[in-house]
This record gives sequence, structure tokens and C-alpha cells, in this order.
Amino acid sequence: MKLSQLNPGEQGTIVSFTDLEMSVKLMEMGCLPGEVVEVERFAPLGDPIAIRVAGYQLCLRKSEASVIIIQ
Amino acid sequence: MADIKVALVGNPNTGKSTLFNLLTGLNQKIGNFPGITVDKKIGFCKLSANQNAEIIDLPGTYSLYPKSKDESIVLQVLADKSNPSHPDVVVLVADATNLRRNLLLCSQVADLGLPMLLVLNMTDMARKEGIHINVNKLAERLGIQVVAMSARKSDGLDTLKKAISHTTWVSTQVTGIDVTIFAPEAITEVKEKIKTENDYYALQVLHQHEHLAFFTEKEQQEIEAIEKAHQFESSKIQGAETIARYRYLSTVLTDLIFDTGAEKKFKVTDRLDSILTNRFWGFLIFILILFFVFNAIFSWSSYPMTLIENGFVWLTEFGHAHLPSGVLTNLLLDGVVAGLGGIIIFIPQIAILFALISILEDTGYMARVTFMMDKIMRKFGLSGKSVVPMIGGIACAVPSIMSARNIENWKDRIITIMVTPLVSCSARLPVYTLLISLVVPNKMILGFLSLQGLTLMAMYVISIMAAILVAFVMKFIIKAKEKSYFIMELPVYRMPRWSNVIYTMYEKSKTFVLEAGKVIIAISIVLWVLATYGPSKRFDAIEKKYTAIEANSTDSVQLASLERDKAAEKLENSYAGILGQTIEPAIKPLGFDWKIGIALITSFAAREAFVGTMSTIYSVDNGDEQTATIRNKMRDAKNPETGLPVFTFATSLSLMLFYAFAMQCMSTVAVVYRETKSWKWPVIQLVYMTAMAYVASLIAYQFLK
Repeated sequence: MKLSQLNPGEQGTIVSFTDLEMSVKLMEMGCLPGEVVEVERFAPLGDPIAIRVAGYQLCLRKSEASVIIIQ
Repeated sequence: MADIKVALVGNPNTGKSTLFNLLTGLNQKIGNFPGITVDKKIGFCKLSANQNAEIIDLPGTYSLYPKSKDESIVLQVLADKSNPSHPDVVVLVADATNLRRNLLLCSQVADLGLPMLLVLNMTDMARKEGIHINVNKLAERLGIQVVAMSARKSDGLDTLKKAISHTTWVSTQVTGIDVTIFAPEAITEVKEKIKTENDYYALQVLHQHEHLAFFTEKEQQEIEAIEKAHQFESSKIQGAETIARYRYLSTVLTDLIFDTGAEKKFKVTDRLDSILTNRFWGFLIFILILFFVFNAIFSWSSYPMTLIENGFVWLTEFGHAHLPSGVLTNLLLDGVVAGLGGIIIFIPQIAILFALISILEDTGYMARVTFMMDKIMRKFGLSGKSVVPMIGGIACAVPSIMSARNIENWKDRIITIMVTPLVSCSARLPVYTLLISLVVPNKMILGFLSLQGLTLMAMYVISIMAAILVAFVMKFIIKAKEKSYFIMELPVYRMPRWSNVIYTMYEKSKTFVLEAGKVIIAISIVLWVLATYGPSKRFDAIEKKYTAIEANSTDSVQLASLERDKAAEKLENSYAGILGQTIEPAIKPLGFDWKIGIALITSFAAREAFVGTMSTIYSVDNGDEQTATIRNKMRDAKNPETGLPVFTFATSLSLMLFYAFAMQCMSTVAVVYRETKSWKWPVIQLVYMTAMAYVASLIAYQFLK
């Protein structure tokens, strides 16, 4: 399942990425396979989303969240 | 002279700038890295009685692989030993509340083999959150000095200064990971080619040699050939390296961090976010904050602005009374001093705006604005990050266009640069206020809304709408070069650091005075010359005519009015007047006469020149720049053919629209050229904005006249 399919308050563990270039950026920011992510909130218009990962808050667009495969 | 060069490197939001300000105080300046337009912040610091350090603040980045233009500077400075900013010691600033992610960059820099030390900043916050870090053990495992600090509270500053001067100029750090496994042959070949012992440096060269300008064309091709020969897959190797580094950091941090109170960590931020980014309250609060910012810019600045204005009037009068009269005195007082006054008067507004923007950024609110606005902005070809430059555009397009460097995506960035000058900047403000006070009655609606104030706000709304519409059109014209990213940290809310706010105010005002000042003073002088001199034949004739009339007159009042008529006639026949009359046919459909034409010409270099030009043209005594007097002169101005007032509602509105849309700022043209590195974009901008201004004014005047 993709990270973009979660609702606020739901959690998942990162398994893999579907986009190589994007995965490099995401991993630098702490989104590593095995890391637990929680969707904190959606922006007022539903996109982008804010997630909690590796002890801080990160925001990204839904299209970017959709390359993150979670469990 | 500095004995040692120190570079500050670290993630964004780690308090790096606070540390920089703390180390250097006001002893800092902004320069440029040679060949690129990234601002270089350097300052000086006394480490001990006999050791001075030059401190360089490098742009914040999460890794040595850059996502934006600003970030690419970090590797360029660290890799190039011949770069004048190449440091002797790197101070890596890390946020103690989020150590692991911060140490990623630390381990990359460490593997480059530069002498370095680590600052654990925000240890007070970490302690509050229940995080304890074993500093000594960390230092032992990394092989470098580690200084625990809290830059906000100035804790640990002396320890840091000592640590910097004790850093050996030979690197001591433990190598983090063995990078040769990622591309063994390619790394060996590059090491030989560029004569380095360092594996990681060789790997970075393979990844990023295109960005490293110090390699010659031939070297670039050779490195490119090595990449090809070994099928070097940049993204894949970067990913593998990041994973390996995080794995290494996990072993480094084992049993070093004790986190007891993680639960309460984000409580305040979460609660604030649930209101500030709420579907309803979020936008309402944002609009209220914008309203407050506007109000502050106009109302707080009025007192200091009057003070500056009166000061310059006094200075001019004093000069005319005490200096020997002559051409040089006139040039100095009516050209240079008048021009200087025209710049200094903007300082209060610029300082207030940047103070407020820096507070919004410092508290973490600006990141939320970006977060909320991204979806709307994207519809118009912009990004959430375009909000900051566009708000900044209300003060001045020049620094705002420079701040667009934070936008990683090329297309988003170009569109932001192209439309930011449409947002009404503070230089248009005097034009608006003068014209509004001329034609809009000073009435109150509903008892508390000033009609003049509403008109002013309408001008700003029109300008922002124009910017958004143009962006929407450009979205379809400009082709994207790469995918657009929006991966961004949302920092926790914090109190603003007042010292940073003051530094920002000081720094931006200084930049404005120095950058815009040069242009405006030059224009003031040129304008003065053009308006004072004309073809000698015509001037001689005027001189003769008035000498004849004055000889027959004895009444002093009549003499004074004759003197004014003579000045006005001289202006009409001066080079500036001739220029204005030449363009009159083109601007007549907009409702402008040749006098306004002169103002338009001078304003093409800087719109600030409008009020000054008007005051010269309408021959206000003593070069007094008080708008009240100019206003009366302009109100009384009559069209010589029809006898009707020149500044009707239609003409004034048409003029305001022209100033709202036209690209009348040399500094902006120059900065767009600098930022885009081509004349294509500033030329397109100049043409489309002027065309838009002309059409808007034409429509407004023809409908309203």
C-alpha cells in the first residue's frame, strides 16, 4: 500500500520506493526502509500532507507520498 | 587579517545563522561567491587575544547532494582547495533534538577529509524534551571534538571558540563508510586523474563534476568518459550510500542517546498546527496576519518617514542658505541630496517589512503558509514556496527575486521571478498615495473604513491578481526541465530570535540603500542635468524675453511669479521637456501629457523618481518634497488647450495602473539577469510588463474619460 492512501492518524512502516530519484531525496530526509511513518495532517486543501518520521515533521505532496510503499 | 578560515555547515533549522550572528556580531558582510550568485555571508571573530577567525556561513543543506542552487555551493567550497572561501576548519552545526538525520551530513563532510568539529546545538531544547546525549563518547566514536551548545542562550560560546583554535589542521575523524565498494574501478581511475588520496572526494567528483567549475573542459570530458566506461549510475549509488551511512550512524549512536520524554515533544506544535493549518481558521489567520503586516508597514513607518522627509527639507534649505550659490551647489542639493532623500525615506518601510517576514520565518509559520498554499499556487504554475518571494515583493522585488533561489524546481523558480515584480512594491507606494490623495475623496465608509485606504488596498489586490494570472499563462508557455519537488521539513514552532530579526532589518536596509541607492542617485543627477539644460538657442531666447519683462516690473510678488514662469518655460524647453514632448503622441491615448511623459521616462530607471520628477516639473519652491505642496500644484495644473484639470480621475487611475504593471526598475532588470544568467528573461519581462501597463492604462482611460 502507498503512503498517500493513509488518513491522518494512521501509521505504516516504509518497505520500498517506486521512484529511484525521489527515493534518494526521501532517504536523505530520514525516510528509510524500516522506518515508521505516521500521517499527521493534510493541508487545508487536502494536499500536501504532513508526516511524522525519524523524530520530526516532514511535508510532501501526495504525488511524492505515492512513491513510498508501506506496510 | 584572519589567521584561520572557518566554515559553518549544517542542516536548515539548526540555528546556524544564530550561531553565526553570535560569533561575529555586526562584524559581518555579504559578498558573492565568484561566478555564481549565491550570497556569501562572512564575518570576523576574535578567538583569543592573538587569533582572529574569518567565519563563512554556508547555505543550510541536508546532504552534499544539492536539491537547489543554494545548496550546491557547499560542495563547491569544501571541494575546491583554491576557492578563496575554502575553510581550514569546518564547524558542523547539528540539531541535538534530531541527531541522526543531522549526522548524515556530518559523516559526508567527515569523509571528505577536512579538519572539523561538531557543534551540538539546541541542547537546552533537547534536555527539555528529555533527550540526553553522551557527548564524550560521541566525540570518541567520531574522532573529532564535540561541543554542546545552545546558541540562542549563548551557552557554550567560549568553549566553541577554544575548540576551534585547538582543532588540528590535520583531520582526525574516523572514516565513516568505505565508499569504494560502490564503484571500485571508477573511483580508482578518478583518484589518479585528479590526484587525490580521498576515495569519497573522488566519488563526489564522479557524481557532481558538472557543478564543479574549477575543472577544465578537458578534465570534465575525461571524468565523463570514466563514468561512461564503468556505467556509473548516480542515483542508485547515492541511495546505497545514504543507506550505508544511516546504518553506520546507528552503530555510532548505539547507547549514546537516552530519550525519556518523547511523548510530550511535539505537543505545543501539534496543538498550534491544528489551528494554524485548519481548513477554516488557517486561511483566516493568514489573511489577518497579512492585513496586520500591511497596516504595520503603513502606519508604523509614517512617523519616521515624516522625520526623514523634514530632515532632508531642512538640509536642502540649510545648504541653499549657507553654500555659495551656483551650478555645483544646485547639483549637490537638488540632484544628489534630493536623490538620497528619495532612498532613505524607504528605509522604515523596508526595515519593518523584513522584520515581520523574518519573525514569520523564524517562528516556523512561513513553512506552514507554504504548506497551506502549495495546492492553490500549483494550479497557477507556481509552488507553495513562491509565496515568500511574492509577499516580499510588497517591499521590494530585488531581495524577493533573490529569495526565489530556495525554489528547487527550475520552472517554478523562473515563473516566480517573472511575476514577482508585478506585486506592488514599496516604491509604488508614494505614487499611489500622491495620486489617490489627488482624486479620491477623504471619506469614511461605514464610519471606519477610509475610502482612500480601500483604494490603496485595491491597487495591491489588482497587482497580486495580475501576478497570478500571468503565472497561469506562463505555466503553459514555459517548458519544464525537471520534476517539481515539495519535500520540506516543518520545523517546530519557536519564539523568534530578536537579535536575528534586528540583523535581518539592518542587513536588508543596508543592501537596499547600497544597491538601489547607486541607481537612484545616478538617475537623480542625470534628471537634474536634463531638466536644467536645453538647446542654448531656446534658452537664450527665454532668458532675453524674461529680462525684458522683468526690467519693466518693480512689484516683488509679480517678480517672484515671473521667476516661476521662467523656470517652467525653461523646463518645457530643456532636454527632458523635449523628450517628454517627443513621446507625447504615444501616451496621449492614456491621458498623459508631456510633463507626465518626463516622469515616465525618469521612472523607467526607478519608479521612486516619480514624485521627485513631479516636484521638479511643477516647479515647487526649494525642492521641497512635501506631498501636500506637490499635490496642490498638481491639482491646479490645467491643460493649456482645454483649460480643464490635468489630473482627472481617469488620468490618475490610468497613471496608477501604468505604475502598477510597468517594469520601471533597473535594479530588478539587473537582478533578474544575475539570477537567470541570461538576457532572455529580463527582456521578456520588460516587454510583457510594459505592454500590459500600456493596454491596462489605455482601457481604463478610454472608458473613464
